[in-house]
Amino acid sequence: MTTSREITRDGLWGNNVALVQLLGLCPLLAVTSTVVNGIGLGIATLITLVLSNTIVSLIRGFVRKEVRLPVFVLIIASVVTIIELSMQALFYDLYLVLGIFIPLIVTNCAIIGRAEGFASRNPVGPAALDGLMMGLGFLVVLALLGALREVIGFGTLFANAELMFGDGAQTLQIQFNEDYPGFLLAILPPGAFFGLAALIVVKNWLDLRPREKQEIIEAAPETV
Amino acid sequence: MANVIVSSPYVAQGSTLKRLMIQVIVALLPGTIAYAWYFGPGVIINICLAVLLALAFEAGILKLRAKPVMPHLTDFSAVVAAWLFALCLPMHTPWWLVLVGIGFTMVAGKHLYGGLGFNPFNPAMVGYVVLLISFPREMTTWYLPSSVSGETLSLKEALAYTFGGADIQQWDALSSATPLDQVKTAVAQGITVGEIRLSPVFGEYGGKGWEWIAFWWFIGGLWLLASRTIRWHIPVALLSAVLVMSLLFYLVNPETYNSPLFHLLSGAVIIGAFFIATDPVTAATTDSGRIYYGLLIGCLIYIIRVWGGYPDGVAFAVLLANMCVPLIDYYTQPRVYGEK
Repeated sequence: MTTSREITRDGLWGNNVALVQLLGLCPLLAVTSTVVNGIGLGIATLITLVLSNTIVSLIRGFVRKEVRLPVFVLIIASVVTIIELSMQALFYDLYLVLGIFIPLIVTNCAIIGRAEGFASRNPVGPAALDGLMMGLGFLVVLALLGALREVIGFGTLFANAELMFGDGAQTLQIQFNEDYPGFLLAILPPGAFFGLAALIVVKNWLDLRPREKQEIIEAAPETV
Repeated sequence: MANVIVSSPYVAQGSTLKRLMIQVIVALLPGTIAYAWYFGPGVIINICLAVLLALAFEAGILKLRAKPVMPHLTDFSAVVAAWLFALCLPMHTPWWLVLVGIGFTMVAGKHLYGGLGFNPFNPAMVGYVVLLISFPREMTTWYLPSSVSGETLSLKEALAYTFGGADIQQWDALSSATPLDQVKTAVAQGITVGEIRLSPVFGEYGGKGWEWIAFWWFIGGLWLLASRTIRWHIPVALLSAVLVMSLLFYLVNPETYNSPLFHLLSGAVIIGAFFIATDPVTAATTDSGRIYYGLLIGCLIYIIRVWGGYPDGVAFAVLLANMCVPLIDYYTQPRVYGEK
C-alpha cells in the first residue's frame, strides 16, 4: 500500500510522466510552442487522468483480466470525448489551436499506463490522487517546456492568454524585447526535442547532486 | 597506387590531425581570398569572428567535460569547422547570428555527440542549417559582387554592420538575391532560363563573381587531392552526379532547366565536393561507399535546388547523406580475401 505522500512525490518528481517515464511525448512535443497551449493541453490531460483513474478503480472488481484493456480504452475515450466537447463549448479558440491533440489524449500512453499500472490495483482514493499528481507533473513539464520555447522562439511569455482566461488576460502577455528577431528553431519540432532534453538534463543533475555530496561526506571520515 | 604493398623499411609520413587541418586551411585560402575580393571585407570578418567564437566554445565545453583543452584547441579542427561555417554565411551578418550558429556547430554538432571523431553530422553544416531555418530573413540577405555593383562595403562599414550601430537600410541597393535564388524565383514565374541569364548578375557560366570563386575552390581542392589529404572518390562522384542530373534535364528542356556548367559553378557545389563532403569523420569510410555517398549528395543537391524549397541544397544534401553513412558503410565492407 503506497502512502499518499509517496504517490505525490512519484507523480511530481520521482516517476514524472514526461521526464522519467517519457510517456505522452507526442502531445508534449507537438503543442508546447507557447505556455498557454502547454497549460491548456496539460489541464485537459490532468482531468482525463483523474477521471479515468477514478472510474477504472471503481470498476476494478468487475472487469475480467482478459478484457481489461479494451474496457480501459473505452473509459478513457469516453472521458476524452466529454473533455473535447466541453472545451469546444467553453474555450472554443483554445480548442481550435490545440486541434487534433485533444482527441489524441486517448492515445497518450501515460493515461492507459496509470489505469493499468496503478488504478486497476488500488482503491479509489489513492487512484484519484495518483491521477491528479501524475497529471500535475505532466502539466508542469508542459508549461515549462512551453515557456522555454516561447521565450526563446518568440521572445514573449503568456501570449494568447485570452484564449484560456478570457479577454482580461491579454495584459498577461510579456514582451521581453521589441526587436527580438525570433528563433524559429525553438518553435519548430527540433526545438521541442532540445527543450525536453534540456529539462531532463536539469532534472537528472538535480537528482544526482545531493548524492555526490553524500558520497563526499561518507568518504571523508575514512580519509581522516 | 596507394594499395601497392612494398616491403620494409618504411619511412614515417608524419601525418597528424594538425597537419591535415592546416592543409585544409591552406587549400581554403585561394577561394577565400577570391571571395573577399569580390564581396568585400565582410567575408574576412565573418571568418575571424567565427574562428574566435569556435575556439571559445571549444575551450569552454572541453573544460566542462574535464578534457585537456590545449591539445584540442591547437589541432585546428575547430578552426576548420568555423571557417567552413563562416563561408556559408551571407557576407554581412550581425554578430549574434555567428554566435548562435557557432554555438550549434560546436556544442550540438560536435560535443554533444562526444567531440571530434564521434559526430555523425558535419558540424559546420549543422550550425548553418540551424541558422537557415531559424533566421530566413538574415540568412538570405546577400550582396552583389563588386564586379556588378562596382563597390563593396568598406572595412569600417562592414564592421559597423556586423557589430550593430549601423543603419542596415542604407545598403539596400547593394543587396540582392543570389543567382541561384533568382533562377528559382524566375522559373517559378514562368520566365525562361535564357531570359533570366540576361540579368547583370550572371556571368559567362554561373553567377558573376561566383564562377571565379568556384574556380579557386576547385584549385584548392585539386591541391588537396594532389597532397593526398582527401581521396578522389567523393568529389568525383559528387560532381559527376550533379553533372549527369543537370545535363539530363538540360537536354530535355533548356528553357526551365539551367545548364550543367551553371549548376557546377554556382552556389556551394565545388566547395561542397572538395571541402565539406570529404570531412573524414562524417563521410563514408570504404572506397565504394565513398562513391555512393558522393553520388547521393550530388543527386540530392540537384533535386533540392530544382524542386525543393531552398535555392541551394548542399548543406541539406550533406546532412541527409551523413544520416545514410552507417548503412552505406555496412553494405560496402570490402570482402575479405578468399571469402565467397
